[in-house]
Amino acid sequence: MSETVKKFLYVNRKAPYGTIYALESLEVVLIGAAFDQDVSLAFLDDGVFQLTKGQDTKEIGVKNFSPTYRALGDYEVTKLYVEKESLAERGLSADDLQELVWEDEDDDYAEKPSIRIIDRTEMAKLMANQDVVLSF
Amino acid sequence: MKFGILISEGPYTHQAADSALRFTKAAIKAGHEIDRVFFYHDGVNVGTRLSIPPQDERNLQQEWSALAKDHGVDLVICIAAAQRRGLLDENEAKRQGKDANNIADGFRISGLGQLIEMGILSDRLMTFGD
Repeated sequence: MSETVKKFLYVNRKAPYGTIYALESLEVVLIGAAFDQDVSLAFLDDGVFQLTKGQDTKEIGVKNFSPTYRALGDYEVTKLYVEKESLAERGLSADDLQELVWEDEDDDYAEKPSIRIIDRTEMAKLMANQDVVLSF
Repeated sequence: MKFGILISEGPYTHQAADSALRFTKAAIKAGHEIDRVFFYHDGVNVGTRLSIPPQDERNLQQEWSALAKDHGVDLVICIAAAQRRGLLDENEAKRQGKDANNIADGFRISGLGQLIEMGILSDRLMTFGD
C-alpha cells in the first residue's frame, strides 16, 4: 500500500433516514479508517441530523445506525465538523447532538470531544484545504 | 493527469453514469489516465448485464464494458452496495447460495478499500452523483 497520507473529507449533507447516503457514507468512513489517512467528516444541511441524539427508528422499520458514530473515535476518526448555520436553520444546537469523544494516547488517554462546531466560512476553508472530498 | 471516478447514482434514473462516461472518454482522448471507476450507492446497477434498454436508447453497461475492454479501465462495483441491490458475480452467487449472477464483462466486485485507494493514488477524484 502507498505510504502517501492525504487529507480526506467526507461531506454529509443528507438526513440519516429517507435515503441510504448517510449509512453508506459511514460504511466508507469505517473501511477508510484502515488506510491511515488524515480523515475529517463534515456535517451540513440536513446532514446535521445524522448526529442528533435519541434517534428512534422503530416505526420506520430501518436500522438505527446512530450508535455507530460513537465508535469512530476507536477508529481514530476524531474530527467531526458540524456547520453552525445548518444547525441553527433547523432549530438545533450542540446540545441536540450526541456526545462523541476520542481518547488521546498522547495525553494519558484523556477523552476529548470529536465534534467541532464551525461556521460556514470556516467550512469553506476546511473544504478548500483537502486532497480528496467525498460527498454524500 | 491521473483521475479516479466515483459514480454514485443509478443508470437511466440519473445522469451521473452518462456524464461520467463522457468525461472518461474525453479524458482518455485528451491523454489523461483513468485507471479506475468505482460504482457506489445505486451506481452499482450500471454493472448488471441483464439490463435491456430500448434499442433506440443508449446502453450504458455496454458502453462501460467497451471502455474497460479498449482502454483497460478498471470498473469496480462496491460489494456491500451490490449485495443490497442484487448484483452478484459467479463466486459471490455460489458463496451466498444464489441461483444466478449478473455482472457484466469488464466489471468486478470488490470492497470499499478500492475507493479509498483510488483517492490516494489518483491526482483528482471526480464524483458523479446527486
